Amino acid sequence: MNGLIEAGVTHPLDKYLRREMIPHIWCTGCGNGVLLNCFIRALRELNLDMDKIVVVSGIGCIGRISGYVNLDSFHTTHGRPIAFATGVKLANPELQVVVISGDGDLFAIGGNHFIHAARRNMDLLVICANNFNYGMTGGQYGPTTPLTARTMTSPYGNIEHPFNLVHLAWASGAVYVARWTAVHVTRLTESIKKALGKKGFRFIEVITPCPEIYGRYNRMGNALEIMKWLRENSVIQHFTDPSKVDIEIGRKIVVGEFVDKEKPVFTDLIADLKRKVKDRLEAESKRTLTKI
Amino acid sequence: MRRDVLTGEYFTEGDIACAEGAIAAGCRFFAGYPITPSSELAEHMAARLPEVDGVFIQMEDELGSMAAIIGASWTGVKAMTATSGPGFSLMQENIGLAVMTETPCVIVNIMRGGPSTGQPTKSGQQDVMQTRWGSHGDYEIIALCPSSVQEMFDLTIEAFNLSETYRVPVVVLGDEIIGHLTEKLVIPNPEEIQVVERRKPLERGNYSPFSFNPEDVPPMACFGEGFRVYATGLTHDERGKPNMSPETQTKLVKYLCDKIRENTDKIVKYKEFMVDDADLAIVTYGSPVRTALSAVKKGRKEGLKIGLLKLSVLWPFPEKAVKRVSDMVDEILVLEMNYGQILREVERIAGLGRVRFFPKFGEDLHKPSEILKFISRCGK
Ligand SMILES: Cc1ncc(C[n+]2csc(CCOP(=O)(O)OP(=O)(O)O)c2C)c(N)n1
Ligand code: SF4
Ligand SMILES: [Mg+2]
Repeated sequence: MNGLIEAGVTHPLDKYLRREMIPHIWCTGCGNGVLLNCFIRALRELNLDMDKIVVVSGIGCIGRISGYVNLDSFHTTHGRPIAFATGVKLANPELQVVVISGDGDLFAIGGNHFIHAARRNMDLLVICANNFNYGMTGGQYGPTTPLTARTMTSPYGNIEHPFNLVHLAWASGAVYVARWTAVHVTRLTESIKKALGKKGFRFIEVITPCPEIYGRYNRMGNALEIMKWLRENSVIQHFTDPSKVDIEIGRKIVVGEFVDKEKPVFTDLIADLKRKVKDRLEAESKRTLTKI
Repeated sequence: MRRDVLTGEYFTEGDIACAEGAIAAGCRFFAGYPITPSSELAEHMAARLPEVDGVFIQMEDELGSMAAIIGASWTGVKAMTATSGPGFSLMQENIGLAVMTETPCVIVNIMRGGPSTGQPTKSGQQDVMQTRWGSHGDYEIIALCPSSVQEMFDLTIEAFNLSETYRVPVVVLGDEIIGHLTEKLVIPNPEEIQVVERRKPLERGNYSPFSFNPEDVPPMACFGEGFRVYATGLTHDERGKPNMSPETQTKLVKYLCDKIRENTDKIVKYKEFMVDDADLAIVTYGSPVRTALSAVKKGRKEGLKIGLLKLSVLWPFPEKAVKRVSDMVDEILVLEMNYGQILREVERIAGLGRVRFFPKFGEDLHKPSEILKFISRCGK
């Protein structure tokens, strides 16, 4: 890739990438690249003002994405991107704030921030690269690892029940919930575009192959074979009951859009509150502290 | 009428004075999680921030509160959180992130008794060393320690100013006594309040958000301003790019420490009372200053040659001030509401043999009579 850049070869998506950060750290065939690609394609197709988008990520393989996008971006501590992004959005509601992070980051160590930001209907788009394990630390099981799957810390097969992220997001109050896989490139891009056009807490789960670690332990073959497996083992069923779309070994992964609704957005409610306070202050010019 | 600086004389609590100081300093974002004895501060911010076009949010925990204020700060808004011991422990994670990403922000810790849940409604000064060393890795931080309601106001403004100047998180270390104490507060006219605004880079072209030069803390571009800034908690070069080389780690860690160490003289704040001819000097900070001062005055009347060194900045530690005083007196008495924290620093400067220590736990301050009785036993 560097060679091509030096040779002056350009691509219409180049301006969305920070060249000085490339080469990236991801393994060949990693699904994170597909997600990055779909995300910046969505930005280009919507022709959004790149100075008004902020990408926040946590720690993990996918967490490095904030360094690769040529946007204002921040690589937070493990689990905290949603809380950080909450501060960004509230400090400047004009900004489109997107959190892109991993299953471990968002749903293990950061799970509390996810459910509360969704409950508040915080105006954030959260995209989870779900690779069913902790890739960065060498492939331990996490909150989305399917039952019986092998990982470095579940050498006899995983005995913990995983989250159904679609159901969790629905129950926590998200106004938009979708699930795609790395083979659904066009649909994922469209879904990101749609979510970017909506307000409130929006959540997209993306099943991203981790051929190097999770794929290897579970004998899923090389990157191409995993992609083929994903194509054959996923089925689009929009608006299926979120409680019925658990991911289980031996069962097809249900993808599609599951929630698309409206409800008052936190940043609008704050703006209303400020207006009310201002009106009241104008009506009465009393001070808050009691003077001596 | 201005709503940000409520000029006037008041009879109010330390927690409220701190909140008003923050607003006067330009703070427009507060994220926190309720905890005794700092909740009044959050409650006051919840009422006051919407009046000045600011935002208050009650987060799900202190991990999130700390992360949110860093996010707000990177979006160009002065930001603060407030807590007490248990919450302060949770904040250590992202205090490290603020140090690493050179994020200006203010953390108020209204200390109570610990360890763990300890004494929620009682005072203590047990978080002094945690403030200095609480997050992992080598770093320096600034900590201010008010000993009156007025200082809760004044030093909170100072905290914001220092955090902007050095791009570092600054801790205001209050304690339950000061937080809940009601006494006179004078809020001056806005023109009399010195406020340091964030320095912005002038041009986009070659802007480096970070630095390795302690003399040159860089201006800070924020989100939405067109600079396309990137910051990471990983070791990084001046541009913010992750870099795992030993050279970069060395330069970065030295810089993060030296930008504070080399400016210690400019940062520290202390006050000497009657030390010039003293045989014994009390060294203390925060609430105990109040009774220590009474003890000095009373002792002087009784003919005791005692003085007082009050520390308003604990970190970076005012080594020169302590050295100066220790060179003048025979003995030093450290008073603190813990089992020996600043004591270690004082011993490091003054030498082990000459430093006495009078600890106090729980609600009560050292009584002036107790201090004098303790002093009468010193040197014997
Ligand atoms: C507080 C803390 N605990 C543990 C780690 C180690 N750690 C780094 S990345 C990671 C897991 C990342 O998993 P995930 O979010 O799924 O991202 P992936 O690497 O799979 O893309 C862990 C546990 C850390 N950086 N910080
Ligand atoms: S370890 Fe897995 S998730 Fe991480 S970069 Fe490699 S393939 Fe991708
Ligand atoms: Mg993962």
